This record gives sequence, C-alpha cells and structure tokens, in this order.
Amino acid sequence: MQRLKLFLPLLIFVLLAALLFGRLGENPEYLPSALIDRTIPDFELPELHDSAKMLTPKDLRGEPGLLNVWASWCFACRVEHPFLTKIASEYGVPLYGLNYKNDIVEAQKWLREFGDPYRFHIVDRSGRLGIDLGVAGAPETFVFDRKGRIRLRHIGIVDDKVWSGTLQPLLQRLRAEQ
Amino acid sequence: MKQFICASLIAVSAMMAVVQADKVSAQDSSSAIMPFDFRTDAERLRYQHFSKVLRCPMCQNQNLNGSNAGISTDLRRELYRLISEDYTDQQIIDFMKSRYGNFILYEPPINKATSVLWFTPILLLLLGLVILVSMVRRQTAEIDEVGLSTDELDAVRQELLGVHHGAGSAQAEHDKLSRE
Repeated sequence: MQRLKLFLPLLIFVLLAALLFGRLGENPEYLPSALIDRTIPDFELPELHDSAKMLTPKDLRGEPGLLNVWASWCFACRVEHPFLTKIASEYGVPLYGLNYKNDIVEAQKWLREFGDPYRFHIVDRSGRLGIDLGVAGAPETFVFDRKGRIRLRHIGIVDDKVWSGTLQPLLQRLRAEQ
Repeated sequence: MKQFICASLIAVSAMMAVVQADKVSAQDSSSAIMPFDFRTDAERLRYQHFSKVLRCPMCQNQNLNGSNAGISTDLRRELYRLISEDYTDQQIIDFMKSRYGNFILYEPPINKATSVLWFTPILLLLLGLVILVSMVRRQTAEIDEVGLSTDELDAVRQELLGVHHGAGSAQAEHDKLSRE
C-alpha cells in the first residue's frame, strides 16, 4: 500500500499527460455554430446581380447545399475560390454566396475577374444576416439540409482536405435524408 | 555619486509615471470612443458593462470594447440597438448566445461540460487541506511516541540548557585568553 502511494504522482502525471497529449493538435479556434440543427434565420435581401430580386430563406430550401460567406476584400476567399468553382462544376454541389459587408460594384468586379460558380448571391451589406448566422468573418461556409436547417459551420477556407474529410460525406448523408 | 543615483532614480520614476498616465488616458479615450448617443447614463453604463463581458467572436482574448475587428464594431452597434430598444439584460445575453454560443461570454456558465473547470480547483484545495492535516497529525503522534514523562522531559531540557551554558562560558574563557 505504502509503495503504491509512492507511484501516485507518477500515475497522476501519466493520466494528465495522456489527456493533454490527446488534445494536442486540435484547433483551439474551432467553434461549433450555435445554430446547428436550426433553420437559417429569416432575411429578405437583394440578389447581387439583380437588386430588384429579393431573396428569402425559402430560396435555399429543397436540396442540401453550401452557403459560402465571402467578400472581395477577403484574401482567403480568393484562395478558396478555385476549389469552390471545382466542386460546383465537378460534383454539381448547390453553392450559394453570402456577399458579406461588401461594396456591390467591387463584388461584381471580383466575380467577373475570377468567375462565378454560385447559383445566386445574397447581399448582406450591413452584416446583419451575418450576425444572425453567428458569422465572425469571411470566409465561412455553412452546410444546410433540404429543409433549410444548418448542419455544419466551417470557419476558414474550404480546400480538398475539408471537402473530402467533412463536407462531401456530410452532403452525401444529407442527400440520403428525407 | 549617491546624489547622482538618487537623481536618476527620480528621473526614471517620473518618466514611468508619465508613461503610466499616458496609458491611463489612452484607455479612457478608447472607451470614450462611442459614436452612440445614449438617452440616459444608465444606458451608457449598461453598454459599457456588456461591451466588457462579451467577447469578440474572432479574437480569443479580447472583449468587444477592446477589439478592432469588424465583427466587434458590428456587435457593439447591435448592442447599442438592443439597449435602445429596451432589451433586458437576460434578453441581451440570450440574443448573443443564440448566435455565437457560450463563447461570446467571458465567464463560462456552470453546467455539465464546464463542471470540471469550475470545481477541480476547489476539490484540489480540499484535497491539499486533507493531506496537510493528516501529515501534521502524524508528526504530532510521532512526537508523542517518544514516550517521556514531563519530569523526564524537564530533565532533558535542563541537560540541554546546561550544555549550552557550558559552551557559552567556554567561549568566554577562550575570548579572555586570546585577549591576554
């Protein structure tokens, strides 16, 4: 018994080390959305190319897809743009844009320069919808299901790793859901 | 030389005081930059309170008040709107939490997921106290185990004092000899 006590500090150390080591490499900035499994909040905002057209959450229903928060001032958005273009054309993923706190003319110019793989863009000039979605900055990408419920929030750029590791399997599962 | 050191010390501390004063006034002005018109002082105080306890969602270690991130500016504006629209404290917290989760609160709520965070320090403190008390008890018990009666203890004490005095007088003797 006395001898066992001697090993107690070592035991505690090993347990702590295992706990801490296991969490090493996790992204400390990872933040799950507070809106998981909730429907996309209400909005009525114009479309980027056709300001007369007003968009509402209904326009996002019917098919699981991606809502990508972007802006022309956001450099990382430019980095992920070719990959988003690729998954939209190769896999036919429904891709929607949330043009976040952006000058409309600048945003249109940006799309003319780099291409526009999005089905439409919601113009959130003030960032109000962004706040309702819990957006902290751009880029962010939301995955929603056919009922328009938010199922995943990804912060930062979407690349091959994020796509094949997280987004693609999730979209496949969501397509199978009724 | 002494005067020179004193003078430079005074100069340095005076400089530090000026730097500190600068810092203080900088902090004051940063919290004074509020482009909002509040109807009452109570509203201003509520705004100041919430911009301190709410965290910037983009930065790990800054509150809304101290952050220059775009989202913090937007949330400060939103906070102003909520206060102007007479939201209660709980409604403001709920508004922020339903969008940004518990992360938005600097102080984590007490629930199942945070119980370890809140209660481990208290448990460790109690454990430490228990260990300390048991150690002290054991040592006291060991002293008792020597098993001498009070008379015998007195005798031991007397003996020790005697030795001490003896050594003292030997020293005095030695001193006297060496002086002579």
